[in-house]
Amino acid sequence: MNVKKTTLFNLHKKHGAKFVNFAGYEMPIQYKDGIIAEHNTTRNKSGIFDVSHMGQLFIKGKDDLTESLQKIFPTDLKKLSINQSKYSFLMKENGGIYDDLIITKIEDGYMIILNAACKENDLSIIKSKLDSKFELILRDDLSLVAIQGPESKDILEKIIPGVKKIKFMNGNKFSFNLADIYITRSGYTGEDGFEISINNNLVNKLVEKMIEHGSNLIGLGARDTLRLEAGLCLYGHDINEETSPIEANLKWAISKNRINDEFTGAKEIKRQFDEGVKKLRVGIKPDSKVIARESTKIFDEKNNQIGKITSGTFGPSVNGPIAMGYVSNLFSKSNTRVFLEVRGKKIPASICDLPFYKKNYVKGEINVRS
Amino acid sequence: MSEVKFSKEHEWVTVADDIATIGITKHAAELLGDIVFTELPDKGSNAEKDKTVGVVESTKAASDVYTPISGEVVDINQSIVDDPSKINSDPEGSAWFFKLKIKDKSEIDTLMNREEYEKFAKESSS
Repeated sequence: MNVKKTTLFNLHKKHGAKFVNFAGYEMPIQYKDGIIAEHNTTRNKSGIFDVSHMGQLFIKGKDDLTESLQKIFPTDLKKLSINQSKYSFLMKENGGIYDDLIITKIEDGYMIILNAACKENDLSIIKSKLDSKFELILRDDLSLVAIQGPESKDILEKIIPGVKKIKFMNGNKFSFNLADIYITRSGYTGEDGFEISINNNLVNKLVEKMIEHGSNLIGLGARDTLRLEAGLCLYGHDINEETSPIEANLKWAISKNRINDEFTGAKEIKRQFDEGVKKLRVGIKPDSKVIARESTKIFDEKNNQIGKITSGTFGPSVNGPIAMGYVSNLFSKSNTRVFLEVRGKKIPASICDLPFYKKNYVKGEINVRS
Repeated sequence: MSEVKFSKEHEWVTVADDIATIGITKHAAELLGDIVFTELPDKGSNAEKDKTVGVVESTKAASDVYTPISGEVVDINQSIVDDPSKINSDPEGSAWFFKLKIKDKSEIDTLMNREEYEKFAKESSS
């Protein structure tokens, strides 16, 4: 398969990006300053992330579409107001996760943001579950850019007046160079920020403006340290077809009034809700500076294996190693002592609350619409 | 102090009398990116040529550190354990890793000089 490039590829290159293949796309892992500097820039100032590899799925329809989508997703879509977003899952019947995604209700239907590696599969699954009268389009004429960090709202406000008023997990239509763009207040860093869906032929111009106004390009490397500090899951690592939202400790994303309702995976989700689960996703903090990476085995004090790490790195803002993983339910309480097998040695660590780094989301002033 | 020599695993070696000082090259440090963790061999341990004696980790990944020559570890650089970012700022100077009492001086002859190493590094990274 050919490696794909996003519309911003040449801009990344111009700014000294090192590239990696990610989900079939040649994506910047870092720029000249490196991962830690980029991480800190996002935490302290403002960072720009090209996430155009992600899928932007648009489904057109009215109330009957909402009814049909409720049969797929565990989210109360009827309660969503126009321009409101919710984190949700595309699940298997057994509760395993095909993808985690963000659903936004828009004027003529829904916009769903999908993970790059999952988007084609998601499209075919959703299509197969919907009546053929609904039109589904995976838009590759659109780019997706995130701007994250405390200074981002002021930077973006200068370019697109009005964005400051958007509330967290809400969006709205704006205009840039006479064209419609769609902006949501959301992100994947634990910082306040926005995600902008914009036509490919305008994305370079927008990003150049953001840089002019003081934001900086950030690669996938820092995106990973930022999201892990924020306790956010990376699909294919922390969640996958073998983990359910309950096991992943993402219960909050399942609408309470829908537990007894019908959606794909409902039966198993309800059972797990009632009976509990055997394994749970937890935060893990090694005592020392040793980094325990993905696939590291987790042991209890009696040397029994109780789980495995699914993401682990060095967290620049917490200035130490951090990890997430699954442990047997009995060991999931905060401050439980565990041991991680790194290079043949058992290193002591503790189960801890997520996030490692406190969220800084801004609620926003008022919803522009309501 | 002798000419600095290089290994295919991107370590550098300088020799003074029977003591070798070993670190990782600037090229290796750049490839690794921000180094955030270092593990060094124990003082007094015996290091065997081309075997793993330590680890460096960046935000991205962990890499083994090999010794390009054999000998007894007589000193380690604690300052790069305390502040691993020193390896990025001065890899071929103050951020040396460990010192060995050389067991077999002929092992040094198997290593590359700077010109050979730079050619090797360029070829292996392209």
